[in-house]
Amino acid sequence: MKSVTSATPGKPRLTTSAMIASIAAEGQKTKPAPFGHALVELARSRPEVVGLTADLGKYTDLHIFAKEFPDRYYQMGMAEQLLYGAASGMAAEGFLPFATTYAVFASRRAYDFIHQTIAEEDRNVKIVCALPGLTSGYGPSHQAAEDLALFRAMPNMTVIDPCDAHEIEQIVPVIAAHHGPVYMRLLRGQVPLVLDEYNYQFRLGKASLIRDGRDVLIISSGIMTMRALEAAKELAGDSVDVAVLHVPTIKPLDHEAILREARKPGRLVVVAENHTIIGGLGEAVAALLMRSDVHPVFRQIALPDEFLAAGALPTLHDRYGISTAEVARQIKGWLR
Amino acid sequence: MSTSSLVNAPSLSQRARNIRRNALRMGEVQGQGYIAQALDISDVLAVAYFHAMRYRPEEPTWEDRDRFLLSNGHYAIALYAALIEAGIIPEVELETYGFDESRLPMSGMASYTPGMEMSGGSLGLGLSIAVGMGLGLKRKGSKSRVFTLFSDGELDEGSMWEAMMSAAHHKLDNLIAIIDVNNQQADGPSKQMMGFEPLVDKLEAFGWFVRRVDGNDLDAVVVAFDATISHPEPQPRIIIADTVMGKGVPFLEQREKNHFIRVEAHEWKLALAELDAGDRS
Repeated sequence: MKSVTSATPGKPRLTTSAMIASIAAEGQKTKPAPFGHALVELARSRPEVVGLTADLGKYTDLHIFAKEFPDRYYQMGMAEQLLYGAASGMAAEGFLPFATTYAVFASRRAYDFIHQTIAEEDRNVKIVCALPGLTSGYGPSHQAAEDLALFRAMPNMTVIDPCDAHEIEQIVPVIAAHHGPVYMRLLRGQVPLVLDEYNYQFRLGKASLIRDGRDVLIISSGIMTMRALEAAKELAGDSVDVAVLHVPTIKPLDHEAILREARKPGRLVVVAENHTIIGGLGEAVAALLMRSDVHPVFRQIALPDEFLAAGALPTLHDRYGISTAEVARQIKGWLR
Repeated sequence: MSTSSLVNAPSLSQRARNIRRNALRMGEVQGQGYIAQALDISDVLAVAYFHAMRYRPEEPTWEDRDRFLLSNGHYAIALYAALIEAGIIPEVELETYGFDESRLPMSGMASYTPGMEMSGGSLGLGLSIAVGMGLGLKRKGSKSRVFTLFSDGELDEGSMWEAMMSAAHHKLDNLIAIIDVNNQQADGPSKQMMGFEPLVDKLEAFGWFVRRVDGNDLDAVVVAFDATISHPEPQPRIIIADTVMGKGVPFLEQREKNHFIRVEAHEWKLALAELDAGDRS
């Protein structure tokens, strides 16, 4: 039996294994449905944009688009293979489909359809998927711990793991301008707003040094960049100076920026990702460093290679080492 | 069809004969191929390409063409044979079938071949793509139609039934599907693998306009295509074509039924001779 206990007993917190839970911390600045609003904005000037979903319009923020452009919204029913096959057909006819579901269903159930009808044919379909990595407490059925590994392995596929609402808003027009299949991890609902304070600009295929530091380099993607920045503030209190290199584009990977930062001497290099330790950003960076003869002290913060437990997200993020407190604690341990 | 002239039955039978001949010649090049399927579906392809469909041989991506999605990618040898007969692929390329660097790989892929609109091979994909194309064509206000061919074995795939329901739900009257019921899949007779009858009742219950014909009776196939094209109701259409594997080459028709029939090196010439003899009789 998988029992879940809080890493910080005594502190009151949610303890339900809900399917949908906000990853925003209490009191954190958020923005509602950034993807839905950005897609509406894009669609105003791009009549070829259409939205497709498999019975998860409301849960992927596509309902915002549906409300604004009802005749450009295609409800495909709870049929993910059909969803992506049909998206390929729409793209073949010159449309620009944004096709949404949960990350588990796109990566695991519809994989062959995406592989053959979208990636192999290089169709211009944007696959936008909610509940990436461990962002649902509902158990393995809804926890897409391996989505990045699966889509990274697919030729022609661009893979993006955004950090926050600010970045998602920027990504939508950029991937629309890029011709070819894209898999984007989606944060939906009330989405944390973090990178707006760092004068951040998303560039496809580019990593971005969000903050510099002498002692530790955290290379991170998705919500782990938010955690890394929070952990960096905590660690600063212990006089540990942490740099954070945000790598939202998992594929193609920004080799140049990663090597440039990893080559700087004297820093512990930590890759932090909301993904299984197998086949994600951590192993991609490790392989790059090995191939390039760059050998810093290297550690990974990632989800374990196991079926994750059901439970409240804060509990689970502590348990599996991807909460802010756990990121800081692990790094301090490695520095000892 | 590529010209506006009416094509009568004798010329369609010539077309079908030429498609069979092209397929046998490709089979001979490689000493193998899904030739029994190619022979069984040649009549349907002859009617599709020389009676029903609009296209321009010199411009395979012409916007106003009718689309043809080959879901059963292993039937590529049959579609290449039809595309050669239609003038979309030069006949000389027939000699390259299945060789390295050829535009005619053994499994059909959109990225390789003019006139091949999807990458099959993994079965059960075509009808979902067809739904998306049908929706896209309607969105554009296009008069083009989407034809898609799949085999009875593909009915085992759950995705087929997702797409069946979806096509009817979206009232895709620009979608014309064709099932080749040759009752043979990889492990044996299709009906023994997973029963799919009664197919007409099933598909009608799913909201489709259905015609079931002897897929090797050219006149009947023409009537079925005409009926599906002219049907006035807002619903997707399907032709169930019951076919005989190896059709047109008697000794291959008699051969033990197999998904991938064995043809000995010396038999390709014999098959071509039998085809020609049958045509003269």
